[in-house]
Amino acid sequence: MELLAFGKTGWGDELFYATLMTVAVSITAMLVGFFFALIFTPLKLSKYKTLNLVGNFYTTVIRGVPELLVIYLFFFGGSGAIMYVASIFGYYEYIEINAFITGSMAIGIISGAYSTEVFRGAIQSIDKGQFEAAKVLGINKFGQFYKIILPQMLRLAIPNLSNVWQITLKDTSLISVTGLVEIMRQSYIAAGSTRDPLFFYSFAAVLYLLLTYVSMKLINKLEIRYSRGF
Amino acid sequence: MDFDLMITSFPKLLGATVVTLKLLSASLFFGLFIGLFFAILRLNKNVFINKFAYSYSYIFRGTPLLVQIFIIYFGLGQIEYLRSTFLWVILKEPYWCAIIAFTLNTGAYTSEILRSAFQTIKPGIIEAGKSLGISNKIIFYKIQIPIAIRQSLPAYGNEIILMMKGTSLASTVTLMDLTGVAKYIISTTFKPIEVFIVAGGIYLFMTFIIHNVIKYLEKKYSFQQ
Repeated sequence: MELLAFGKTGWGDELFYATLMTVAVSITAMLVGFFFALIFTPLKLSKYKTLNLVGNFYTTVIRGVPELLVIYLFFFGGSGAIMYVASIFGYYEYIEINAFITGSMAIGIISGAYSTEVFRGAIQSIDKGQFEAAKVLGINKFGQFYKIILPQMLRLAIPNLSNVWQITLKDTSLISVTGLVEIMRQSYIAAGSTRDPLFFYSFAAVLYLLLTYVSMKLINKLEIRYSRGF
Repeated sequence: MDFDLMITSFPKLLGATVVTLKLLSASLFFGLFIGLFFAILRLNKNVFINKFAYSYSYIFRGTPLLVQIFIIYFGLGQIEYLRSTFLWVILKEPYWCAIIAFTLNTGAYTSEILRSAFQTIKPGIIEAGKSLGISNKIIFYKIQIPIAIRQSLPAYGNEIILMMKGTSLASTVTLMDLTGVAKYIISTTFKPIEVFIVAGGIYLFMTFIIHNVIKYLEKKYSFQQ
């Protein structure tokens, strides 16, 4: 227990901030993922074969390649890519991207591929009559989507999105290879300096379990809220 | 684009794929037994046995695979007692540590897949077996298991693909699997995109093969011919 004390003598406060970092990265990654899903879901549902191909390419590649490999691509390739873009605009200095941004982008793209699949499935399982009825009532396209399709879709998507959240939360542990101080990295540092890896890694496992448990409880509440009337 | 690097790194990465496949097949093989064992425990009516199996799968599904590998590889070595037993021969090798972690991880997911497969078997089928005078043991081995295998094929196919991606974490405990070698080449040449295309291509090819084999098996064992 001494090892977990807050302040300079223990690792309690460090691990607490690391946990907050994990949560922050997970939420950012999830939002980045939603952004990608917003782009790629319409592509996958499009009538045009070429657009379908682009959407399918994204989800197939990202879901078929290990997360760690994607993270390495971003970690080693990220600043190079930004510097290349900057050089077009005449900026040649070295640019280093923050580990938080690299990490949440990499995990975000991965979680986006899963979210895309979830949204696609949810939209496809909405009865065709709903789209037609909305059209017949003369509701404009914007209203059709936000007032009729989206609320129904969310109810179907939330259970699967909670899976995506769990995957995203666990994937953030891989960002520790880039040096971002989240739960895994902090445990690695603590384990190294106290020579007590068993304790710190087990404690990290407990922290992850706690996070997944709490988020499950919260998502269940959300699920009940969106299932009103069913 | 550095095509020369892509061509020269291809044989190296292909050699590392063998390590990935070894890790994958070993952990799937052992994981299937562990999964079946815990699935049976989950179906047990005894509350304690049931809870035990549930907490096993809950813990391994609720924590990242990376933590599990680190606990086994870095953590277990810390226990003095273990160092003096024959287990140390296994636990000092990163290769076996990775396999143990992967096995326990995939075992947890497999147990959930098999449990839900067993639960979806209609009671009528088991009753039909009983009324024909077939013994409980034979009902289990000849009726329940084949149906459960068929039911769980699609989910298990996903699990195989997830596990294949999971083996990339072996590179964090010094193993030179496909991702490990890819990272090594990236960090020595600083050409991440080229290496990513080749290594990612190999992974995608494996995903493609697994996907199609499972699809074939699903068709072969489907009830509606």
